[in-house]
Amino acid sequence: MASLIGFYSLIFGLCLSFLIIFFSIKNFKNLDVFDNKIISFTFLQFFFVVLSFLGLIISFVNSDFSNETVFNNSHSTKPLFYKISGTWGNHEGSLLLWLLVLTLFIFLFLLKSKNQTKKYRVLTLLFQQIIIIGFFIFLIKTSNPFNFIYPVPNEGLGLNPILQDPALAIHPPILYLGYVGSSVIFSSTLAATSLNYISKEWAKHIKKWVFISWIFLTLGILLGSIWAYYELGWGGFWFWDPVENVSLMPWLALTTLLHCILVLEKRLALTSWVVILSISTFTLSMCGTFLVRSGILNSVHTFANDPERGLFILIFLFCLVFLSLFIFFFFHKTQNKDSNSFFWFSKETSILINNWFMIYFLSVVLIGTTYPIFLEVISSDKISVGPPFYNKLIIPFLVPFLFAMAIGPKLSWIKSDLKNKSYLILFLIISLLLSVIIIKSLNINFLVNTILVTSAFYLFFITLRDFFIKGFKNLSQNLTHFGFSLLILSILFNNIFSTEIITNLKIGETFKTDKYKIIFENIEQKDEQNFKAIIGKFNIENSDGKTEILKPELRIYNQPTIVTSEADIKTNFLVDKFITMNLVQNQDYFNIRYQIKPFMLWIWFSVLLISFGGLISLFKKKYEV
Amino acid sequence: MKFKIYPALLTIFFIIIFFVFYKGLQNSNIYTPPADLKKNIPFFKAKVFLTNEKISSEQIFKGDKFYLMNIWASWCVPCRDEHPLLMILSTQKNIKIIGLNYKDNKEKAKIFLKELNNPYDKILFDENGTLAIEWGAYGVPESFLIHKNKIIKKIIGPLNEDLLLEIKKLAE
Repeated sequence: MASLIGFYSLIFGLCLSFLIIFFSIKNFKNLDVFDNKIISFTFLQFFFVVLSFLGLIISFVNSDFSNETVFNNSHSTKPLFYKISGTWGNHEGSLLLWLLVLTLFIFLFLLKSKNQTKKYRVLTLLFQQIIIIGFFIFLIKTSNPFNFIYPVPNEGLGLNPILQDPALAIHPPILYLGYVGSSVIFSSTLAATSLNYISKEWAKHIKKWVFISWIFLTLGILLGSIWAYYELGWGGFWFWDPVENVSLMPWLALTTLLHCILVLEKRLALTSWVVILSISTFTLSMCGTFLVRSGILNSVHTFANDPERGLFILIFLFCLVFLSLFIFFFFHKTQNKDSNSFFWFSKETSILINNWFMIYFLSVVLIGTTYPIFLEVISSDKISVGPPFYNKLIIPFLVPFLFAMAIGPKLSWIKSDLKNKSYLILFLIISLLLSVIIIKSLNINFLVNTILVTSAFYLFFITLRDFFIKGFKNLSQNLTHFGFSLLILSILFNNIFSTEIITNLKIGETFKTDKYKIIFENIEQKDEQNFKAIIGKFNIENSDGKTEILKPELRIYNQPTIVTSEADIKTNFLVDKFITMNLVQNQDYFNIRYQIKPFMLWIWFSVLLISFGGLISLFKKKYEV
Repeated sequence: MKFKIYPALLTIFFIIIFFVFYKGLQNSNIYTPPADLKKNIPFFKAKVFLTNEKISSEQIFKGDKFYLMNIWASWCVPCRDEHPLLMILSTQKNIKIIGLNYKDNKEKAKIFLKELNNPYDKILFDENGTLAIEWGAYGVPESFLIHKNKIIKKIIGPLNEDLLLEIKKLAE
């Protein structure tokens, strides 16, 4: 029943799209004022999608296995929380969630844009409806979440256990808010370009949407990363996996866009940058959807390898690309030359430098992610591009990037001079000395690490100084830049100071190094609702005599039968202790992996700081320098 | 209307990308390892571990001898466990052991062999792990018993005493 309502709601929602388009075109041509009927229709469309989504949730909660999506991704013994989160833990449900956010955002956009002109609002709605129709048809035609199966199976196939996790339950909705927020930016930019409406006021109005998407995208990536850290059992937080990359690419584009919008709002410059970046942010989000959903790349997000779906998104994606190219080239008017030529030593120039660095990072990630596809098509060689590629291409450029990030905000608009800037040199010397002291005693590459740590410390101190000197003035920018320096520092120290012990142990055995003693004390068994757990008890003795007890688990899930390894992590302010165990086949041995990872908490915390900085900016009334 | 070069170039560029992605869709990306029992072994060319010269599969698996192809790496802990068994097996005259060194550091691999002795008749060097994919390997260690260019037994995970006996029996 719920499935039936869900399905028909989808059809109604699609019909409303056509109705909205019809009235929008009429309104665009004839009336002077915005037709409020359209807002009601948009709300109605949102309502139907909500209804459809609720229908799917109810089918999941009731374990209605006559619904194919529920049958494929749920099981009656699953805890209620994961039955609900399972709704979007699969291809069909997650697309429905996309659609839900799409319709919600355009409705909110219409409510929040009352001060803008009628033509601009209507045109934005029209572009957004094109995207919405695309997703409706995609959903109904290739990925219907409400397919019936008959005879009705007694039991479902279950949700992949690694997806049964709280962080992953909220990761998709948050990430989608970011992705889909970029669709509103996309539509409104196209509308503004076609109407030649780009102005300082427009920048001020669209800035809010940029910040909203950016905050959610940042948090979404953070959640995914936290999940990977404790669930995948590698002890890392970023693997340069294609799936991570496709979320990083829109983030890079969006971050660049954010800086450009600020320039646009202040000086009506960089309009081409803004238009191109708005278009690329959304197309990169769509491209990401294509890459992971079509099965062209292999990953945990590949729900099914269905070329038909891939083809649909591909065609849809390129229609959007060509549409935006057309609008950009035929409607976009570049502003007069004057406002685009900046004095070399000014805030504008530093933002431009930031842009080019970001574009460089974006290209590296884009090439690394898509190159294997190109190579396979052209020469049928299979390669995979891994961390060494990204590290080599990105890390050297981080150094000037960090320096630019520290100095840029110190410059004034239009023209800056070097008066009262001597502290910049002083801080450089302090950072350099500090890094030398830290790195000298370690057995690692001295030069590279010193330069890296120096640049990160430099940004750290400069932004820290601003908290004391400027107080709440320019707080959001300072906070995000401070957060970024903290992030880079934490990642660097995490890399430098991590240690790892891998060994095979039987129950009762002890493994000894000069610093640690790992005692495998015993194992116990526990039965949970949907899995059996084997819990190992490990006693870890430090050289200073302190002991700690860690209890990693092996979980044997019943539906589907999959063994997962749950890490046990002891987190404190400075360091994470991370242990996993795995069965060695046909033996009494367990493979033990013990890792000491410093500053993990600080990595998460600094990303939170970064997004918090964005949040402050969102609620700020006045534009700050 | 004036012909605009940038839009035209960009359009062509995106059309090419479209076709590459379109072609990419047709290629399945899931490596379902095809090496089931009684299948022919894949034809390949590989680097020899010490000498770095190239050798083809035909030169390695000759005649009606039995071969045990063992995938190993110095970083792989279970490989260390099974190594003594391989040493025992290497004394058998009718079985030749071929090593496939998987995603390894050459120096560390040499130290590994120095420490635990070398049971291998030949060692192939699979630096980036592609050869193991062709063989349909799931991980390290893994062993394939080969007779007359056919895989007659596949062992996933480390060898143990029972499996060793079975291999000896099969090779009689």
